[in-house]
Amino acid sequence: MKDIRYISAVNEALREEMERDETVFLIGEDVGHAGGSFGATRGLLEKFGPGRVLDTPISEAGFTSLAAGAASCGLRPVVEIMFMDFVTCAMDSIVNQIAKMRFMFGNQYTMPIVVRMPEGAGLNAGPQHSQCLEAWFAHVPGLKVVTAATPYDVKGLLKSAVRDDNPVIFIENKTLHAVKGRIPEEEYLIPIGKADVKREGRDVTIVTVSRMVSESLLAADSLEKEGIHAEVIDLMTIQPWDRETVYGSVGKTHRLVVAHEGVKQFGIGAEISSAVTEEIFDELDAPVIRVGAPFMPIHYSLEKACVPGARDVSAAVLAVMGRPSSEERNRKP
Amino acid sequence: MEVFAAGEIPGFLHVSVGQEAAPVGLCAHLRDDDYIGTTHRGHGYAIAKGIDLKRAMAELFGKKQGFCMGRSGSMHLADMTKGIMGANGIVGGGIPIVTGAGFAARYRGTDQVAVATFGDGAANQGTFHESLNIASVMNLPVLFICENNGWAEFSSIRTHSKIEDIANRAAAYGIPGIITENDVLEIHDAVGEAVVRARNGGGPTLIEVKCDRWHGHYVGDAQKYRNRENIEAAMGKDCIKNFERLLLARKILTKREIDGIEEEIRSELAEAVDFARSCPFPDPSEMMDGLYA
Ligand SMILES: Cc1ncc(C[n+]2csc(CCOP(=O)(O)OP(=O)(O)O)c2C)c(N)n1
Repeated sequence: MKDIRYISAVNEALREEMERDETVFLIGEDVGHAGGSFGATRGLLEKFGPGRVLDTPISEAGFTSLAAGAASCGLRPVVEIMFMDFVTCAMDSIVNQIAKMRFMFGNQYTMPIVVRMPEGAGLNAGPQHSQCLEAWFAHVPGLKVVTAATPYDVKGLLKSAVRDDNPVIFIENKTLHAVKGRIPEEEYLIPIGKADVKREGRDVTIVTVSRMVSESLLAADSLEKEGIHAEVIDLMTIQPWDRETVYGSVGKTHRLVVAHEGVKQFGIGAEISSAVTEEIFDELDAPVIRVGAPFMPIHYSLEKACVPGARDVSAAVLAVMGRPSSEERNRKP
Repeated sequence: MEVFAAGEIPGFLHVSVGQEAAPVGLCAHLRDDDYIGTTHRGHGYAIAKGIDLKRAMAELFGKKQGFCMGRSGSMHLADMTKGIMGANGIVGGGIPIVTGAGFAARYRGTDQVAVATFGDGAANQGTFHESLNIASVMNLPVLFICENNGWAEFSSIRTHSKIEDIANRAAAYGIPGIITENDVLEIHDAVGEAVVRARNGGGPTLIEVKCDRWHGHYVGDAQKYRNRENIEAAMGKDCIKNFERLLLARKILTKREIDGIEEEIRSELAEAVDFARSCPFPDPSEMMDGLYA
């Protein structure tokens, strides 16, 4: 085992996949000479040369569809979008083209393309540099949507994404880039479509992704002190999501909280919550509660106030358990 | 930059040091009711168009009295009362919006003009090309000002464009394309003609200013991608000092008067920083106010 930062784990995954398969190439703004705006592709231009690590002009629509064309002709592009917010400039490419090309043209070819992008608040970068837009992509048939909360996960999932014959929207998180974790020396893969139980518990299930995984684990620690044993499930793949693991857990705990950083309304929590209600309603002892950002653009100086954290998860768990919140308890009679 | 380094300003800060000539040469021709839309590197234009320094600084600090109520910061300075439509954090995002401001002026039958400012990197976005073409076919009163500082983030223009002169792209859309050096008077002359043309129904113009970025892409960028000579060459070209020399040689201002102006600006800035420090942060209970009208 070795310690590695999240961003270096991304780098290792890309390096190993490029070594393994010479059809894999990287394309994006400043991915070559600069090694990526956040350092994900550092050293890869030097190792694989400018034919496989391509710096592009600022033309997200152009280079994402270029990658689509290359994928349909047998290459395996990995596209980097510098901030998730900028993916909007490539939405025709992803939604109308990449997601549909295989289906629309009668399954004549595969679309093995990965579009990587970091999401999330945390840098006080304001309304156009802080969003979590995964729910949009999860709504588009033809795309897979993957997130990763730890260095171990990001490496194993990214390698699987590169090998997948379908388009994968691969969502990293800016606040996790510097986080360290343990990974094996030897090669490993993490399957797409499988959730990971990050902490076992019998009283309540918390389903979460990305940055909210560590926040949910923090919440679970503090709830433990109150005698509540929360199970924390990192969904990892949002589309297609692992119903089996989630339903199995809810069948055990009978209570569910879904927590994500993206806007709560019409977010992924809405899908999971309604699927659970539709399909295993009888297992529930209480209504499902969602934790997500308020319905507003991310605020520059009040960023912290408009993204959820561990305290919001704890409050939701207490509510779903029918326990008074700490505020209610502190209120003088 | 000092205040940012001290951690008082959150987020990213992209400064226009070395690129002062274009905002000054341009805005001398603009009225308060003319529109301007800028980019992440837009402080120079906001100041030249007359933004109140105190409230602009308060926005950088994320304070309640900031022009955007502390919601947006350095990358989004805006003051609609001065026609400053708002800086855009999406490269190329502002160019078609400004084109729309030009359309609005034409629609209402006024003689206002609208100015989109952007970098050489933005000229590779589809929005740039689409806007030039639309402004051309609709004959809109728009000025497209491209500050070609040779860099888009960490990439040299040589890696993202085979032509050296962005102004040549104007020909593809049948509009004038003009190149100027980073010289306030030369820019002033070029803009003057373009503004008159636009006000009189003569349509859009693309003006490219050849300039240099003194500092990194953002404050704190170590610029490992850029060699010493390139940075020193950039810093050797100082459009403010050049203009000072001219003013002195022509005996328009004395050294004392110039020092006096500098002193005045310094104290205005210091006041703005003090003001920003003294302002409260917005209240979380109000943070969503006005999302819908
Ligand atoms: C759509 C989009 N893509 C990428 C970025 C990241 N980015 C911010 S500034 C910049 C470089 C812009 O270069 P240029 O247009 O030349 O302006 P300059 O910074 O030189 O003033 C990039 C790539 C962004 N903000 N928006």
